Amino acid sequence: MECVFGLVGDGFAILAADTSAVHSILVHKSNEDKIMVLDSHKLVAASGEPGDRVQFTEFIQKNVALYQFRNGIPLTTAAAANFTRGELASALRKNPYAVNILMAGYDKETGPSLYYIDYIATMHKVDKGAFGYGSYFSLSMMDRHYHSGMTVEEAIDLVDKCIIEIRSRLVVAPPNFVIKIVDKDGAREYAWRESVKDAHVASA
Amino acid sequence: MSIFEYNGSALVAMVGKNCFAIASDRRLGVQLQTIATDFKRIYKIHDRLFVGLSGLATDAQTLYQRLVFRHKLYQLREERDMKPETFASLVSAILYEKRFGPYICQPVIAGLGDEDKPFICTMDSIGAKELAKDFVVAGTASESLYGACEAMFKLDMEPEELFETVSQALLASIDRDCLSGWGGHVYVVTPTEIKERILKGRMD
Repeated sequence: MECVFGLVGDGFAILAADTSAVHSILVHKSNEDKIMVLDSHKLVAASGEPGDRVQFTEFIQKNVALYQFRNGIPLTTAAAANFTRGELASALRKNPYAVNILMAGYDKETGPSLYYIDYIATMHKVDKGAFGYGSYFSLSMMDRHYHSGMTVEEAIDLVDKCIIEIRSRLVVAPPNFVIKIVDKDGAREYAWRESVKDAHVASA
Repeated sequence: MSIFEYNGSALVAMVGKNCFAIASDRRLGVQLQTIATDFKRIYKIHDRLFVGLSGLATDAQTLYQRLVFRHKLYQLREERDMKPETFASLVSAILYEKRFGPYICQPVIAGLGDEDKPFICTMDSIGAKELAKDFVVAGTASESLYGACEAMFKLDMEPEELFETVSQALLASIDRDCLSGWGGHVYVVTPTEIKERILKGRMD
């Protein structure tokens, strides 16, 4: 029931993901950050098998950093997305990763971009994308309200609309979401949308 | 559902008078859900050779990368472009290499050979070539496409009439297939120019 979605606006890209870490019927934690800051101007939102999700995204993050160390310049978003697709594709027929990825980035020359990368390494550059059961609601919401060149306020409003839809219509809806944004000033956390906070634990 | 029908696709190539047309639909889906409506299935290998890849999108992308690599290497060694017949044999060999773990892909190859004679062929996922003098089809809408092309095809069509014929055959067929659609992408190639056109059909 993991919900991940994102969209591209005017000079920025936004990713939103639920923050529940679930094992069968148990919610281990509800503040698990599934959107990784890949480098200064890239975000990766991943959904899927928890072990694969963390291991694979960290692997991509470290390789992107290695490229920058070796070559002195950072990878473009397209290059990072293609590298990620290549790793998923070569593992596909040996030891597949069960991770779906939305990669958002900002490049000085080309502006913001969003890449949809399936767990079987289908890659496509999109303006809006989503994974999981939540995608049935968030994609429809975005199809209705999205237009190119949205401002940050309009985009956050649309993200909130999608979250409300997921919360009200998905049977085991995740309560909390994290929203991250990437623009010319870099990749950073924008906001949390929490409807359930962890219970306060008294200190020992 | 068969793995060949996971993403959905429709491809057709048709022969005209010293020209050929190759056309595809534009939908990228994940079973019942549509992910994108601008997915490219047809790739240019060189100015007189195009290849369309239907089937599983991830394998189509991987196969395309391998084919471009092989063709660029050929260009470096031979200092010329590959002939369509040669390219078809190359694709067939690459597919058969994976005989017991194949690429889930059905290519359609179209090109202008010696003396500007148009060449088209298709093959199955393990490289069995099917040469044709009139038209070849592939994808989830292939059965409809066979019927539509058989009914509309005429010998020695000029580029403009060929474009009309291919477009009508493609749109009629993809309208009957739920997994392909969202418009069409048509290339009409003559010895002097490549005309690329986007069709607007039933956007569903």
